[in-house]
Amino acid sequence: MTTTAVKADYRLIDSTLRDGSHAISHQYRMDDVIQIVTGLDRAGVPVIEIAHGDGIGGSSFNYGFSAVPEKELIAKACEVTTNAKIACLLLPGIGLADDLREINEMGVKVARIATHCTEADISEQHIKVAKSLGLEAIGFLMMAHMNSPEGLVEEALKMQSYGADTIYIADSAGAMTTEDMKVRVDALVQALEVPLGVHAHNNLAMAVANSIAAYENGAKNLDGTSAGLGAGAGNCPTEILAAVSSKYGIETGVDPLALMDLAEEVVRPIMPRAQVIDRAGLILGYAGVYGSFLLHAERAAERYGVSQADILFELGRRQMVGGQEDMIIDVALELARKHAEAEATGGEA
Amino acid sequence: MRCAILGSGNIGTDLMIKLLKARELDGPLDLVALVGIDPASDGLARARRMGIEGTHEGPDWILSHADELDMIFDATSAYVHKAQAQAYQDAGIIAVDLTPAAIGPKVIAAVNLTEHLDAPNINMVTCGGQATTPMVYAIRRAVENLPYAEMVSTVASKSAGPGTRQNIDEFTKTTSTALREIGGAENSKAIIILNPAEPPIMMRNTVFGGLPEGTDHDAVIESIYAMEKSVQEYVPGYRLKNQPVIEEGPYLTPGGLVPHRAVVLLEVEGAGDYLPPYAGNLDIMTAAAQRVGEAIAGHKAAQNEGASK
Repeated sequence: MTTTAVKADYRLIDSTLRDGSHAISHQYRMDDVIQIVTGLDRAGVPVIEIAHGDGIGGSSFNYGFSAVPEKELIAKACEVTTNAKIACLLLPGIGLADDLREINEMGVKVARIATHCTEADISEQHIKVAKSLGLEAIGFLMMAHMNSPEGLVEEALKMQSYGADTIYIADSAGAMTTEDMKVRVDALVQALEVPLGVHAHNNLAMAVANSIAAYENGAKNLDGTSAGLGAGAGNCPTEILAAVSSKYGIETGVDPLALMDLAEEVVRPIMPRAQVIDRAGLILGYAGVYGSFLLHAERAAERYGVSQADILFELGRRQMVGGQEDMIIDVALELARKHAEAEATGGEA
Repeated sequence: MRCAILGSGNIGTDLMIKLLKARELDGPLDLVALVGIDPASDGLARARRMGIEGTHEGPDWILSHADELDMIFDATSAYVHKAQAQAYQDAGIIAVDLTPAAIGPKVIAAVNLTEHLDAPNINMVTCGGQATTPMVYAIRRAVENLPYAEMVSTVASKSAGPGTRQNIDEFTKTTSTALREIGGAENSKAIIILNPAEPPIMMRNTVFGGLPEGTDHDAVIESIYAMEKSVQEYVPGYRLKNQPVIEEGPYLTPGGLVPHRAVVLLEVEGAGDYLPPYAGNLDIMTAAAQRVGEAIAGHKAAQNEGASK
């Protein structure tokens, strides 16, 4: 059961300190955590997610090393918060059930267990451990555009059977139209006994519209990040979602003005660049590519002298899923080799 | 050496086909039975068609036939193996363990094949461990010290069975340990990803090694190519998908700051004995287990010969 001071029509989960971590290459400092948690907590956000962008244990060669060990940051968030619950994301195959035991000791209250949208059965062990610890367990199906409404229902029911308290679908590639979102949410809300949540990305500039559409079709949890900080062209911006919800007469229980202050005064100053939909960001949504690949592809393109857009398109063509960042190097090397071969034979590069 | 395979799923059945092929070529392993628990299993039916015992009586069958067996290959699950390992040992049966139970010493066929030939129980780590530990070792032998190594294994969803799925932490923990204990890295991490793409993708493995200051990069690359050849001796479909590269950092690894990293991009194409070629993860496991079984058989034969002289 979740209760907030004000009766909200949906529960807002802010992921600035988790999904936002991608956009700053996992360089969060202790002071950032203190300021962002304090700001979100004051604004009335009920749940704050924090972890490496790829979940607990994500600090690695493959996804980028954290500047500060994430468990130190998580412990600090638990210490600083007054009302908001602290949540962590964990991807089975990257993080361990043992990690859940550790974060439970720190005071984390919510565990989001994430899998690709067709692989829910790898979450059984971790959802059950989370529940046995007394954590709220959220099953989180990523890249939801790659599965049909019926397919998502099948996977969500598995997570529900393992004990998940809430099921989320994530448009991790920011690839869904409002119609795509509606049919999925509709099917899931009808099939599930537990509440549904939606995590949207903005690669097609649809994040806020899709989140509102998800709410109107029965989703009871929505995700955002401050100033949209996050993978790809960014997430659904929490302060905009709150403002738009208010215009629709949807009660969020949060203070949009306090969220605007946080975005402007705390988050924008630490952003290495504005969260805009440039060509590469748009390609992610257009070709259905995992958002976190963006900056890794940019670095590989520069290193091997190939086009970032070509890398992203090829990753989409190969149907790569979240977590396969190593394949960005693979694709870049292949493109570089093809260019070299074409030049050697005098063909078209 | 008389042996049986326990577990009639994908791995057990693939191993059966490999061992029966080798027996025809006068290999040292005499496979007498495939032992499962499901009477309707496809693997058991196939065993009977191929002329060996195919029984669903499980570990009990093994223990009641202990006098007729020298060795078993256990392709059940970590739980089942943990529960029975002592009983096999008490019965005098050598166990080659293909589950991630990690009871006996770990063996990676291309690295420490001959180190534990007298052990009563040998652990084959994981498919990802068999694919990547050789490359960690290859980097390690070319550097002063290897502060950190990491592997990322991506397998086709279709080739990941329920055992792997329900217990994915066993995979990452056992693999990560092998990267340190056998690969020689001081710190390590293992990651596994399932990819549902159709047609199914080939098994992919990537190895990252953190290279300390003063590393001879050419020596690292040369060592990686040499290791590719060593593994190909028993897994013909094991190959470098792209040339190994050294990337400039710096990288803040759990083993400290390193200026460079080596990136090894591998692909494993299966021999297609039981499952299609995309299931290279099964193939590298069964090929490595066969190699270990044959090495033990050779070792015991040499011992007996020595004793009879």
